[in-house]
Amino acid sequence: MRAKVIRRTQASPAAYVFLIVVLLASAFPLWWSFVIGSKDAAAIVQDPYSFVPGGHFIQNAATVVTTVPFWKALGNSIIVSTTVSLLVVLFSAMAGFAFAKLRFRGRGGLLVFVIATMAVPTQLGIVPLFIVMSKLGWIGSLWAVIVPSAVSAFGVFWMTQYLQEALPDELIEASRVDGASTLRTFWSIALPAVRPGAAMLGLFTFIATWTNFFWPFIILDPGNPTLPVALQQLQAAYFVDYSLVLNGVVLMALPLIVLFVFAGKQLVSGIMQGAVKG
Amino acid sequence: MAPRPAWRRRLTRADEKASPYAYISPFFILFGVVGLFPLLYTAWVSLHKWSLIGGQGAFVGLKNYTDVLGQPYFWNALKNTVSIFLLSSVPQIIIALLIAAALDSNLRGRTFWRMGVLLPYVLAPVAVALIFSDLFGDKFGLVNHLLGLVGIDPIQWHKEVLPSHVAIATMVNFRWIGYNALIFLAAMQAVPRDYYEAALIDGAGRVRTFFSITIPQLRATIIFVIVTSTIGGLQIFDEPRMYDQYGLGGADRQWQTLTLYLYQLGWTQKNFGRAAAVAWMLFLIIVVFAIINFLLTRRIASKGSR
Repeated sequence: MRAKVIRRTQASPAAYVFLIVVLLASAFPLWWSFVIGSKDAAAIVQDPYSFVPGGHFIQNAATVVTTVPFWKALGNSIIVSTTVSLLVVLFSAMAGFAFAKLRFRGRGGLLVFVIATMAVPTQLGIVPLFIVMSKLGWIGSLWAVIVPSAVSAFGVFWMTQYLQEALPDELIEASRVDGASTLRTFWSIALPAVRPGAAMLGLFTFIATWTNFFWPFIILDPGNPTLPVALQQLQAAYFVDYSLVLNGVVLMALPLIVLFVFAGKQLVSGIMQGAVKG
Repeated sequence: MAPRPAWRRRLTRADEKASPYAYISPFFILFGVVGLFPLLYTAWVSLHKWSLIGGQGAFVGLKNYTDVLGQPYFWNALKNTVSIFLLSSVPQIIIALLIAAALDSNLRGRTFWRMGVLLPYVLAPVAVALIFSDLFGDKFGLVNHLLGLVGIDPIQWHKEVLPSHVAIATMVNFRWIGYNALIFLAAMQAVPRDYYEAALIDGAGRVRTFFSITIPQLRATIIFVIVTSTIGGLQIFDEPRMYDQYGLGGADRQWQTLTLYLYQLGWTQKNFGRAAAVAWMLFLIIVVFAIINFLLTRRIASKGSR
């Protein structure tokens, strides 16, 4: 492995210059929203193109959190994203365990079905989904956001692949010979083995759910939003005053920025191991 | 070890037979209810008069389809969707490949660069749309200011059709380029290094090896990225919805996409029948696009490898 790395072509100065430009472009929009979000409207009119932040961030933030139900939205986003991630990981680990390590009729066909559904744009079923939710009386409820997101064909596929590699068949056999039930085998052998893959899946599901807008926007009430829906409300209230809108953008991006600082390395390796768009 | 009693053996056998189905059932039941059923039922709704408030009405056959297809709005939305999709997917893949090639060289501080290109991914599309809507402001936007410094007249990013598409495509590109670059990087690292050494011995330069070794070797990955970005790109909603505060896709529907149109039919006009018809047609368009993409990319890539 080491030898391979050393033999790779040495990075040219041009590669560094190019990557520095890319990194500046990556970070600039976030910096820009901090700059604008920390000024008052008068300062923006005076010098709209300065890259230096102003001193009004806290004041603007105080206006933002009282204009839209910010704390409610933050709480809802935490509840929804956490619950969805846990459910997706659990259901995917269960199905992945069965597909990877148990023998049953229809296994091959069902697995092909799962893989095929990964490409199906289920978002286009929103009209009937809305009808179903109204029949259940769930319109405006967080359940209406959580339940439809709790399944992921990609998650099942990912866990199946992970378990095929991470868990030797001999371990399953040995556990059977010892008289362990399937549940016991799943709980004390498969689940511990799948932990790193599960963490990765959970991380990507969390981000995808946190940033999801379309369906929550349709189904949730203005008084009970998630963060992206609250951001839309902020825009509706203050479109012309970008100091407040972009202040809200920074506030709402902060939790994922913190997550990125701690888990960015894992995200990079997750994508490189084959995680797919959420 | 004492032989197990008969009931115990039967229990074990029942466990082995039934358990697999129990383990896969949460996924399949839930997927059936919230994924497959709504998608298929969309076709049923689209054949009826159906209102958001009043519910199911009379069976009208294909009337919702002919109504929608008879409106210029549908064709306008289709045109906008395809235009934004092309403006976002083509540059996205080219730039992502270039970044991946740069990341694939022997860099100092690899993790830093890789994390850096991924940063935009953790920003919500809604947030990205708001930031870029400001940057692309018609009057006081930073982009127009910078263009002015090099002597270009201000562009009406929120009024003219093509500039608004460029702005929206820029948001998509911003969020996904780094992500796709990492996918390409992983594929590049799987290319056997001997290929490059052989090319080096033959006197091929960096550019030459990139086109005649790296790209053909990445064929499967490129197809994968194109197909997933087609499925996502043709359903685009968040960015055009947030590009102004009204969310209708511009005063003259300059950037109204099909999903935005679908939303407007269903939830503003409360006409679920027509919304379902648009959803079903968009579904078919996505399938057709995915197949065309797949065939095209396969052909181009296999030509390249010859």
